[in-house]
Amino acid sequence: MTTLAEDTRVVEQRGHSHAFAEWMFRFRELGIVLALVIVVGATTIDNHLFLSSTSVQQLLSGAAIIALLSIGETIVIVTRNVDLSIGSVLGLSAYASGVLYVHHPHVPLVLVFLLALGIGATCGLVNGLIVTVARVPSLVVTLGTLYIIRGIDGAWAGGNQVNASMLPETFNKIGYGTVAGVPYLGIIAIVAVAIATYAMRTFRTARDFYAIGSDPAAARLAGIPVGARVFLAFVLSGSIAGIAGAFWLSYFGSVDAIAGVGYEFQVIAAVVVGGVAIFGGSGSVLGAALGAVLLNTIYSALVVVNVSSFWSQALAGALLVGAIAFDRLIALRVAPALRTRRRARG
Amino acid sequence: MAELDLKPGDQVPSQAPGEVRWRPGLGILVRWETFLLVLLGGTIAFGADVSPYFLQSSNLFYICLNVGEIAIMALPLTLLVVTGEIDLSVASILGLSGVLMAELFKHGWPIWPAMIMAVVLGACLGAVNGFLVTRVGLPSLAVTIGTLTLYRGIAQGILPTDTIGGFPSNLASIGVIPIPHTHLPYSIAFFAVLAAVFGVVLHATPLGRAIFAIGAGQEAAFFAGIRVKRIKFWLFVLSGTLAGFAGVLFSLRFASARYDSGVGMELFVVTVVLLGGISIFGGRGTIAGVVLAVAVLGCLQTALTADLMPAQDQNIVVGTLLVASVIVPNGGDLYRRARARLRSAEARRHAAAAQAESR
Repeated sequence: MTTLAEDTRVVEQRGHSHAFAEWMFRFRELGIVLALVIVVGATTIDNHLFLSSTSVQQLLSGAAIIALLSIGETIVIVTRNVDLSIGSVLGLSAYASGVLYVHHPHVPLVLVFLLALGIGATCGLVNGLIVTVARVPSLVVTLGTLYIIRGIDGAWAGGNQVNASMLPETFNKIGYGTVAGVPYLGIIAIVAVAIATYAMRTFRTARDFYAIGSDPAAARLAGIPVGARVFLAFVLSGSIAGIAGAFWLSYFGSVDAIAGVGYEFQVIAAVVVGGVAIFGGSGSVLGAALGAVLLNTIYSALVVVNVSSFWSQALAGALLVGAIAFDRLIALRVAPALRTRRRARG
Repeated sequence: MAELDLKPGDQVPSQAPGEVRWRPGLGILVRWETFLLVLLGGTIAFGADVSPYFLQSSNLFYICLNVGEIAIMALPLTLLVVTGEIDLSVASILGLSGVLMAELFKHGWPIWPAMIMAVVLGACLGAVNGFLVTRVGLPSLAVTIGTLTLYRGIAQGILPTDTIGGFPSNLASIGVIPIPHTHLPYSIAFFAVLAAVFGVVLHATPLGRAIFAIGAGQEAAFFAGIRVKRIKFWLFVLSGTLAGFAGVLFSLRFASARYDSGVGMELFVVTVVLLGGISIFGGRGTIAGVVLAVAVLGCLQTALTADLMPAQDQNIVVGTLLVASVIVPNGGDLYRRARARLRSAEARRHAAAAQAESR
């Protein structure tokens, strides 16, 4: 009897602490939305054109690619790893898609995206294999592949460039077309984020990612195939970066050897600002995507209030460092609070 | 990160009691440095094969010149990696320090105070890293990815598109003229002196032993009375200081400063450290290995350039070297793990067979 009573109490406690943690997450996402409202509001007061439909459209499409990339990066960071190679993967797949159109102008759209997906998946596969089979820290592996993939891209592209005129109209339209005023890219990103958010909450495999990130050793003891899951996370991240490369090409219309250089830092900044813990184990795709929108909005706002856009990288860095420090301080605050709650109930 | 490697199945029963899973350093390390020597010999042979001028003594100058700043930044990073931390922001500190020096010089400062301020700035930037890692308690990987972006971004904000040059020619020439009567550039001379100091400190002083102890087990080191946080903090400051110094040398070598000076150089610095046999998990490695790795990288770069390979393609080679130099030392571990898994599978089969028989 007593054990049963204890069990229910434990379950109850868990329920409460879980609810509390969930409230923290919701609060984080609300916080980003609030920050977004403040940034947009302040900038609009300065310049009312900031909320014009063209400007908002540009904001949405600009943030869409970072938001897409942040889905994959979130999955990897949640498992307590990091993927620094996504910018290079994006560049390589964007150039490959462009070259495919140059050589076969009438190739169907699906094939281009399949190629982009294939390239991304292959890069992710290599990252994942080295990380899980050779058990090398993902930081070092993906720092290496960041330059290897970029080098392959550079060796292949050389000084060449693929222009919008060499791409078919149907493909370019993905980049600038709109439905009822909402850009295609925005819709694609929103749908992708919605699916990923649902998947990360629901599917068992996705919950395994969180378990691994919270405590790899415990996850292993619980029977989770840690290696296979981490491998999958890298393949997913690479695949998403690959597809994002094709979208990148349709958005910018031209591609050369330096497409997407430095995107990894923007994406990691967006993900961390969006509340994904860099220690792994917590955070949501929705938060990461909101982080991407917030960062992109701040960049645009800077231009509107006449701060040189050359400062945007510094801002991304400051937000990244600030967000990690903020999370840590919050965690230090919350931990004792959780403990006292538990004691009070126990 | 080492705990990622431990799982119950890994505790192979065949292991003798007291045998450490990580083989105690010396044997493997000697072999690693021997391996580096062989690699160096191979690289030199490749270089000599590519160009008849490779073995000429004047070529030594160009070999050293290419890796001078990388080598200087690799030394403090070596100590950091031995303690189990990492600093990815060194190349950005190099860039920002160079920009500060050039800006001060442009605004009428004499060159020497400007150079000193650049080094001081490097120390401050390193202190920011150190503070965030040791006092706020953040992982150094995340912190230095952030400050990599932040410092480079500040440099870009200060000096967006311009290039500042016009440094006094007697100073600017130290980047292009060897030390009189030798074939060595000044940067490598600084590196040689620093390497000797770092070698002595790491391998022959209590501080060095403390650094190894931190890398081997942070908690244990703390309970042994080692001031873990303080040592790590000052190592980050040291890393920033020498990166600032490298920034001064870099700007003088190119007689100009730009915001993107040394972009991507962290790849080379990290590669040198890990190729030098410093374990990414901390606690193992020697300065001698890092010095050899510097020599390998210098020869390789010069040989590839002589082979007319573009810099972009050389990144493929260096990136591969980086990944390989962390996989290879893990190779033994990999093999042992695979063998253990096979054995346990076999044992299970035997047990099952025995059970079936007894029934």
